[in-house]
Parts: sequence; structure tokens; C-alpha cells
Amino acid sequence: MNFLATIGAVVLAFFGHLGRLTIFTATAVSHCVRPPFYPRLIGKQMVDIGYYSLPVVGLTAIFSGMVLALQSYTGFARFSAESAIANVVVISLTRELGPVLAGLMVAGRIGASMAAEIGTMRVTEQIDALTTLSTNPFKYLVAPRLIAGLLTLPALVLVADIIGVFGGYMVAVYKLDFNAGIYLSNTVEFLEPLDVISGLVKAAAFGFIIALMGCYSGYHSKGGAQGVGTATTNAVVSSSILILTFNYVITELFFGT
Amino acid sequence: MTAPKIRLKDVKKSFGEKKVLDGVTLDIAKGESVVVIGGSGTGKSVLLKCILGILLADSGVIEVDGQDVTHRRPADREAVNRKFGMLFQGGALFDSLPVWENVAFGLIQAEHMPRKVAKEKAIETLAKVGLSADVAELLPVELSGGMQKRVGLARAIASSPEIVFFDEPTTGLDPIMGDVINDLIVSTVRKQGITALSITHDMHSAKKIGDRITMLHQGKLIWVGDAKIVDASGNEYVDQFVHGRADGPIKMQVRR
Ligand SMILES: Nc1ncnc2c1ncn2[C@@H]1O[C@H](COP(=O)(O)OP(=O)(O)OP(=O)(O)O)[C@@H](O)[C@H]1O
Ligand SMILES: [Mg+2]
Repeated sequence: MNFLATIGAVVLAFFGHLGRLTIFTATAVSHCVRPPFYPRLIGKQMVDIGYYSLPVVGLTAIFSGMVLALQSYTGFARFSAESAIANVVVISLTRELGPVLAGLMVAGRIGASMAAEIGTMRVTEQIDALTTLSTNPFKYLVAPRLIAGLLTLPALVLVADIIGVFGGYMVAVYKLDFNAGIYLSNTVEFLEPLDVISGLVKAAAFGFIIALMGCYSGYHSKGGAQGVGTATTNAVVSSSILILTFNYVITELFFGT
Repeated sequence: MTAPKIRLKDVKKSFGEKKVLDGVTLDIAKGESVVVIGGSGTGKSVLLKCILGILLADSGVIEVDGQDVTHRRPADREAVNRKFGMLFQGGALFDSLPVWENVAFGLIQAEHMPRKVAKEKAIETLAKVGLSADVAELLPVELSGGMQKRVGLARAIASSPEIVFFDEPTTGLDPIMGDVINDLIVSTVRKQGITALSITHDMHSAKKIGDRITMLHQGKLIWVGDAKIVDASGNEYVDQFVHGRADGPIKMQVRR
């Protein structure tokens, strides 16, 4: 009996969260599309999300590109199909690794800091102070982050794609002694617009998810420093899982038959 | 008779099992200054938050200018909130913004004043609470507790609201600065005809800034009266509080 009660409680809590998240998302989106907008705040968030994530995302991308080239060489060498390496590197990066790795890195960096910032504002009554100053917290805190996340991650991923391809090129040319010109022309030749576009769509979705979960966890945090800590963890874990889930869903939409 | 600025009728608020407000009834006239006294944890801050809509009252009626605002969420009450200024007990300053932007926040966001003009207005308001212009560029964490309190006060009055709530405006200030703030509150209320509801533990301050004083005890306002007669209220609870005696009808929840 006790066992069933526990399961019941978990299920109820899950649907409670789902309901709150749905309402939160709907409210947040409705504020994203209605004026007033806060270009100053959106700009600040875009710099935070995009510019300051560049080093971390760039490093992730370059090593991923390098390791892809190396791994696929050891694999494909048996079939003497070295020319396929350029193809494997560029397609894996643009379709999958670029958006997913950048998404996960940014979730750790930005999702956590959004949750911590908004959570601290919640527990120190700064969010209450906003409403008494006739400023809607959704408009002022949540909407700029969502918009910035949605717009910035695709740009970030595009840069990551290029850096990743460059990493693969370095390994192929300087370590595996491929012809540089042939490698590059293979890269361009096999790449389809859809490979890049699907990756950018993923990036936009991931950016939205990261900002949403960061804001949601922070907004509903309670109970001092510990509550903020929990909110931070929740933001990173839930956005990472959602990123991997939606990665599959979007892949299915684009390439599933 | 015109409607009172704020009318509370039988307002109740519980957190779970715990009844914090248990039927609070009070009318506050326009331009009047009312002070709420009461022991720590009796629900004074909760009362202010219910009126502001930060917390939703469980039952009862809260009217502002004759308009029922009881069940409206903060999100839908921007127009009503524009009438209010609030000094939070913990300050609640925006820690990512410099002091002047904290003070000018309502002017910039709600009244769409240009930033430059708003900054000048903010520095003016800071001067009123005894803070110099060089404080304006600092971040709230770089200030002392008492300075933060005064910035909170400046933020509450900067956009010239019709109603101001002060949650312990003089706590944490030295006696001289405390009295400067008392004078400031008196002059803001009197000169600009602002309606004020303040919370304080400091009886000197209560008598100075209040036209009327009321005491909150066990969820009810057990005494309301003119500030001048609070020393001779004839109510033993009020007497005990005013004279700060440990012995009396109010039992503090401490183990000896
Ligand atoms: N958000 C909340 N959730 C649960 N309980 C709360 C909440 N806010 C306040 N309380 C409870 O309500 C009671 C009254 O709190 P309140 O902050 O109004 O006290 P107060 O009269 O302002 O005291 P003080 O003079 O110490 O500031 C307290 O017992 C507190 O535990
Ligand atoms: Mg209080």
C-alpha cells in the first residue's frame, strides 16, 4: 500500500511540474511576442550566451572535429575510402555534434547561471520588488532570455561547425597527410543545405529550452541558498535531458522516413 | 463620504495549518499615515504583501480607491501597482544594477522617462535620504546595511506614488539617521499628501510618523487609535509592547 502511495505521489508531482511548466511556457511566449520589448536586455543576454560561450564551445568543436577525423580514418582505412572522412566530419558536425555539444555546454554555463540569478532574485524578494515597480517579471526577466537563447545559439553553432571542420581538416592534412585541396573540395561537395539548416533549427530549439528551463527553475525556487542550488541543478539536468530528447524528435522530423 | 484609499475587510491568510492573518479590518483615509506595530512574526509583512498582491489573501476584501483588488494576480495589476511604492524589509534591491538605476527603476520602466533625466531625479532622491551622488554609481553589495535601507527608501518614493508602504524603515540605522528618515517620511506624507502604511518596532518612530497606530496580535488588529494616545491606550497588550516588558499578556515562545 505504502509502495503504491509513493508511486502515486511521484506521478502527481510529475504532472504538477508539467502543468506548471506548460503555463510558464505559455505565459513566457505570450510576453515574447507582445511589446514592450527590452532590446538593451536582449542584447546583454546575447553577449552572455553567445560571445562568452565562444571559447568553451570553440574548444569543444575543434577537438570533436579532430577526433572525428582520426576515428573515421582508423575505421575507413580498412575499406580504403579515405575520401569519405571529409564527408563524415562535416555531416556529423553540422547535423549532430555541433548543436548537441554546444547545447550541452551552454546548458551547463548559461542555464545554471540563469537559474541562479533568477532564483536569487526570487528568494531575496527582488521579483516581488519588480511587480511593485509595475514591471512584469516575465517581460523583464524571462522574455529577453528566451529571445536571446533562440537567436544566439544558431549563430554559435554555425561558428562551432566551422571550427569543428577546421579541426578535422588539421588532423587530415597535417597528421594523415591528405591533400588539403581535395579534402576541402570533398567537404563542400558532400554538404547539403539541409544538413546545416537542420542543425541550426536544433540549435534554436536548444537555446529556447536552455533559457526556458533556467528561468523556470529559478522563478519557482524557494527557501534560501539551498533552494537556489537545487534550482541550478534542476535547470542543467532538465535542459540536458530535454536537449537530447528534442534532438531525436527534430532529427526524426527532418530525416526520418 | 469618499471611499478610503485602502479598505481591508476581514482579510485572512494562512500558510498551511498556520493562520497568520485571521480577519484584519482597517480603513486608511487618503493622506493618512498609519503605523502597524506587533511582535516579530505576527504577520505584519504578510499584511503588506497581501495588499500589494504579492501574496493572495485567502478570503476577505481588499479595496484600493474603492476598487476590489483582492483576487488579482500581480501580473494583472500593473495599473494599481503604479499607485504604490514599497520599501521591503530586506531591501530587495536589484543587485545587478547600480544604485541610481535601482532608484530610477520605476521612472525608467513604468513611466518611460529617458535614462538621463531619470538619473538626475534619482540622484536628487538619494540626496533626500542622505546619500551623496558618488554612491549612485556603486552596486548595492558595496553599501552598508543602513545605506541599502535608505536606497530602498529612495526607490519607494522616487516615482512619487500615491501610497507608500514602509516595512521597518529605521531598523538598522543609527539614531540620528533614523530620525532624519522619520522626518523624511513625515514630510513626504504631509507635503505630498501621500497615504502611508508603515511597520516599525521603534515606538519613538511610530509616534512620530503615524497619525494612527494599530497593533497586530494573533492575526487580528487588537487596537487602533490616535498615535498621541498610544502610551495611555488602556489595552494591556499595547501597554506591554509600548513599554517593552517581558511580563504581560503576550507570551513569547521561548523556553527558559
Ligand atoms: N511565504 C511564506 N510561506 C510560509 N510562511 C510564511 C511566508 N511568509 C511569512 N510566513 C509566516 O508568516 C508569519 C508572519 O510573517 P511576517 O514576515 O509577516 O512577520 P512580521 O510580523 O513581519 O515579523 P517581523 O517583525 O519579524 O518582520 C511568520 O510566522 C512566517 O513564518
Ligand atoms: Mg516583517
